[in-house]
Amino acid sequence: MIGGIAGGIAARRGRDPTIVRIVLVLLGLLSGFGVVLYIFAWLVLPVEGSAETIGTRALSDRQGITIAIALVPALVLVLLLGSQLHASFVSSWGLPLLVSAAGLLLVYRNAEAEERASLEDSFKALLQLGSDRRHSPRYFLARLGGGLILFVLGVVVISQGGRHTFLRPIAGTVLMIAGTVILLGPWWLRLALGLLHERQARIRAEERADMAARVHDSVLQTLAMIQRSAAEPQEVARLARAQERELRSWLFEGREPGSFGAEGASTLAAGVEQIEREVEEAHGVAVDAVMVGDAPLDDELRALLAAGREATVNAAKWSGASSVSIYVEAEAKRVSMFVRDRGAGFDPESIADDRQGIAESIRGRMQRHGGTAVIRSVPGEGTEVELSVPRHPGRA
Amino acid sequence: MKATVRPRVFLVDDHHLFRTGVKSALGDAVEVVGEADEVPAAIELIGERLPDVVLLDVHMPGGGGRAVIDAIKPAHPEVRFLALSVSDAPEDVIAVIRAGARGYVTKTISGPELVDAVERVAGGDAVFSPRLAGFVLDAFASMPPGSELPGPFDPELDNLSPREREVLRLIARGYTYKEIARELTISVKTVETHVSAVLRKLQLSTRHELTRWATERRLI
Repeated sequence: MIGGIAGGIAARRGRDPTIVRIVLVLLGLLSGFGVVLYIFAWLVLPVEGSAETIGTRALSDRQGITIAIALVPALVLVLLLGSQLHASFVSSWGLPLLVSAAGLLLVYRNAEAEERASLEDSFKALLQLGSDRRHSPRYFLARLGGGLILFVLGVVVISQGGRHTFLRPIAGTVLMIAGTVILLGPWWLRLALGLLHERQARIRAEERADMAARVHDSVLQTLAMIQRSAAEPQEVARLARAQERELRSWLFEGREPGSFGAEGASTLAAGVEQIEREVEEAHGVAVDAVMVGDAPLDDELRALLAAGREATVNAAKWSGASSVSIYVEAEAKRVSMFVRDRGAGFDPESIADDRQGIAESIRGRMQRHGGTAVIRSVPGEGTEVELSVPRHPGRA
Repeated sequence: MKATVRPRVFLVDDHHLFRTGVKSALGDAVEVVGEADEVPAAIELIGERLPDVVLLDVHMPGGGGRAVIDAIKPAHPEVRFLALSVSDAPEDVIAVIRAGARGYVTKTISGPELVDAVERVAGGDAVFSPRLAGFVLDAFASMPPGSELPGPFDPELDNLSPREREVLRLIARGYTYKEIARELTISVKTVETHVSAVLRKLQLSTRHELTRWATERRLI
């Protein structure tokens, strides 16, 4: 949550970042070496999309290294102090903490401007703990005092102890953690909240950019085309209709624009959608399809779809109606498809038997696959083509 | 059944342009007694003016059309709702019908068809678009009859009669009520009775698909 290390490791190893974080925090609490590990990782792991790590830059940062080395005497001092007090934990904590401080310094001096700013922010927040306007200085002093007393008490309990030997480390550690929480808790909380807000804002911004790109690619392009073809109402209707369909499938069905009804449909429903879209685009007539049930495509169903497409194209071309309805129902034993328009209609008797469209593409095709085709039409009222094939479930 | 007097209609939609379009499409066939572009205003004005039919947009900020139905229905059961939406995803359609709307049409519906739908809802009947009929057939067909159902199963509510199925199929095929009556040689009134019975089942049945569709997406 600070340098993005946990998230990075998690992404690399395919683990949940929360688990990585918990492991790191536990390591940090146990020995302090978790912190060292974190800072070290920060130095050597590259930021996503960049080859250079902070570490390689830090190697050429002489001044930074000098300052880091200058911390060594402090380290020695802490270790001596620890052994004097017979408090081994002081050295076990002091060593990693000082190494971390040195590492953090190098990170800060060599990080990208953005990362540096966020580090500065967090330390500023730490310094501002005392000057928080919402609370009186007395509150701050009380917390500082309380935290320090608890912390020192913890140190004393561990190093001097009482008779209950086995309780000492536990009680001492609890007191020290309590002291740390009182001292630094609000700072950490503010830091975490700030990061959370920032992350949410970034996600929102990305979503907006993504949305804008999609809207530009589809809607704005279509609007431009509509303006250009304003003189042809048929074309305008066709464009608007196709755009509406695409936008709707994106917004409400979650399908990517452009992926709608990809070539080579594998199910009945996908095939019907394809007919719907293609006839609309080619003939500028609205096609409304209603599906009940679905089935994987086999030869019979492909024949049904091919005949259904022919019927839909006929309706779009000849009926003069502005819309065509398709209804497809997949039942256990058979699949039926109805193509209906409210257009001019015709007298079925007057159509010669050898007319290729109906005779071959619709009737012949259905009969060859064991299906039926019925055409009902009344002049002035419209036409309905009913197609039906038996289903062979279990047979591919 | 055509209402003898012009139905009093109230429009709820957050798009001004769309309300204007609907008003001009409805023309003189109905009396528009008010309109609102947000949920709280709609609830207040509908409670005041008590229209016959509320034309209700499904997708609106602040709870959507469903919030309006939930607020009005208990106090004024006589106010009827016809849902209008750009989406015809089953989740949206089924949720608003189960909340209490007596019909559902998409916003691309033509003027005369919309007038017809409003008059039908005002007369106490249900309005099913072909797509809604398809959803209902899907929901009530996907379980083979006689199979074990999770939870309580009410044959009265959870199954469609063969006649109701036939009527829904014809609606899905794009037939008008008049054409359905002629096809099945029954009266238009009988068709309306069947559709109202289906609407009731749709609202009360605990069939899995319906409850799933109605709760899956809470965006309305």
